[in-house]
Amino acid sequence: MATDVTQQGLGRSPTYTQPSGYAGIESGSRFARRDIPQGFDGLERADSLERGLGWFSIALGTAAVVAPRVVSWISGTRSPTIMRLVGTRELAAGVGILTQRDRTPWLWSRVVGDTFDIAAMSLALLRRGTRGRAALAMAAVAGVTALDMLAALRATGSRSVQTVPGVSGRTDVYLERSIAVSKSPEECYRFWRSFENLPRFMQTLESVRQLDEGRSHWVAKGPLSTRLEWTSEITADRPGEEIAWRTLDDSGAAHAGSVRFEPAPAGRGTIVRVSLHYSPLGGALGAGLVKLLGHDPQSRIREDLRRLKQVMETGEIPTTRGQPSGRRSLLGRVTRQWGFTS
Amino acid sequence: MKANVWYGREQLHVENVPDPKILNPRDAIVRITSTAICGSDLHIYDGYIPGMLPGDIIGHEFMGEVMEVGAEVKNLKVGDRVVNPFPISCGACFFCKQSLHSLCENSNPNAWLAEKLWGHSPAGLFGYSHLLGGYAGGQAQYARIPFADVGPIKVPADLSDEQVLFLSDIFPTGYMAAEQCGIREGDTVAVWGCGPVGLFAIKSARLLGAERVIAIDRFPARLRKASQWADAETLNYEQVDVPQALEVMTGGRGPDACIDAVGMEGHAHGAFGGYDLLKQTLLLETDRPTALRQALLACRNGGTVSIPGVYGGFLDKVPFGAVVNKALTVRSGQTHVQRYMRPLLELIERGSIDPSFVVTHRLRLEEAPRAYRMFRDKQDSCIKVVLKPWADVPTVEPDEVQESGRILH
Repeated sequence: MATDVTQQGLGRSPTYTQPSGYAGIESGSRFARRDIPQGFDGLERADSLERGLGWFSIALGTAAVVAPRVVSWISGTRSPTIMRLVGTRELAAGVGILTQRDRTPWLWSRVVGDTFDIAAMSLALLRRGTRGRAALAMAAVAGVTALDMLAALRATGSRSVQTVPGVSGRTDVYLERSIAVSKSPEECYRFWRSFENLPRFMQTLESVRQLDEGRSHWVAKGPLSTRLEWTSEITADRPGEEIAWRTLDDSGAAHAGSVRFEPAPAGRGTIVRVSLHYSPLGGALGAGLVKLLGHDPQSRIREDLRRLKQVMETGEIPTTRGQPSGRRSLLGRVTRQWGFTS
Repeated sequence: MKANVWYGREQLHVENVPDPKILNPRDAIVRITSTAICGSDLHIYDGYIPGMLPGDIIGHEFMGEVMEVGAEVKNLKVGDRVVNPFPISCGACFFCKQSLHSLCENSNPNAWLAEKLWGHSPAGLFGYSHLLGGYAGGQAQYARIPFADVGPIKVPADLSDEQVLFLSDIFPTGYMAAEQCGIREGDTVAVWGCGPVGLFAIKSARLLGAERVIAIDRFPARLRKASQWADAETLNYEQVDVPQALEVMTGGRGPDACIDAVGMEGHAHGAFGGYDLLKQTLLLETDRPTALRQALLACRNGGTVSIPGVYGGFLDKVPFGAVVNKALTVRSGQTHVQRYMRPLLELIERGSIDPSFVVTHRLRLEEAPRAYRMFRDKQDSCIKVVLKPWADVPTVEPDEVQESGRILH
């Protein structure tokens, strides 16, 4: 039903290399990375130092959660409760480093954690009886801290931003998602080209106003009741085939995008394919858009496309909001409030 | 209104909740006159269905009277008596247009959740977890029906609720299970599980021309029903070795088609049964595929194994080598109920089948918690419970069918 291509570069290496294990779409297919600007990173994996620290975090965290008393004794500290919290922190950092695309904050969280641990063990140093063990543990933590600093600084230093020609502002993310809609390319094009329809299926969009033939003004709801506005101009408009646009001002939402309407084989409707270029780390330029799209921009775009399909095929967006239920637990209320489920 | 609300494993409460409202233009609200407990509801009751949240209203086999329709519902009007199919289907997507209604691409608002587990999302269902849409179910006094212009079917006044209620799920489910077997003249069909879906599969296999139907269960009342209603030969797996018996009965070739109407909570004795129960309890597997394993091994070369029983996740020790080396066809799916409602209603009108034969208990909605326990534990020879949401009379006592069940013991 949908295919996607992600090239999210954190600017680590200057030339594009396809990392081993990258689960993208092979080049040469019709979904080849034709729109990816040169000089892009693929999904880069953690290097061996980062991986090592990640697994170390998980091992230490597991030990501290499962056997807090033992670990407390070894480190000369006293409270198993605090040790459990430390363990939880370690587990979070380990999972973060090993699974997240941007590992930098997680590496820094380890440095902060190390500082806390050293402070805690300094207290243990002051107590007679635990002094010997605490000194040994502290020496070990100091060594790990040095490695954490090294990894964190290295990751931060490499978070550079690259320039893409032809795009207003700087960008280093390319996203593509598509959805099959049982309507003709012309119908899909017409629906999309009437920009006032877009807020019906784009969840964060409040309004789109046509300024003149080529330009339009967009207003979106940001997190915590913030608003984000920008002006876009159409860079390509081929009826029944494609609409492309880019932002004109540095409003915090700098991006370039396109939507293509490809006829699906044997009258199976249309593949609506959206691609988006923007900069997640390019300072103020793309920061607003990053907030709009959230932590998982792929999923956000996919959900919006799914809503487009629902509106086009059924005339409405299925919902359960407002239906009756019994008493909800706290978890149930939270998941519904945050829109994880409906 | 009153509704049967799930709060956790074996925790059901019938309580007052707000009445449903029209939320979308293609919605309708029905006042429910009869609602049944499905075998698949027992998986929810036992806590095996992922994605349930405390507070969910359950139930997906219901019928009633249209109270209100949304602006876009043109084919129904207030006062119509309708039976509602359990999958929610838009009628316009790639799958709906091919009558594969349980695969509707548009009706699950939580499709991304289902995609995580299964790769792609099927249709939303009534009262069957947030994985499948989180829609409030029909064990209640009222229900909201999305895409009401596609799902509910009007039923004639001269047929009783119990004659048409099961068009909502178990009759089409049993029928589709049999239809998937591609029954040809002379075929033998073996059916594991003689609960309501199994019984409808047995009856449907007969209607579709099976020469012999072999019913497998361990409860005499259920086996008795299978033989009484569909002239099935019966095997009680507590008394006979089923694989061996099937060999002997089919001249060593095996049944032409096998139907697993048991699903994820299969019952088994001995080492294998204990093994599955242990692994399921430890969350090392999600389902206990006892019947499926036996069906795959028993089926003849080149035969068909049809699976109406519900499986949810990851199964262990499934003899897939049998599928490849015996060239088996495996067919399954949530039922495309909308596809079958009209033709099966015609069978009922013609008198070819009277679905009310499965009903053993008629209770008030308030008695749902007790009814679930009774149905799960097969107390009182329980096969099918119909709940009456508006009955102000005390419990309607089990009918004579249940009496006949008692005689068997």
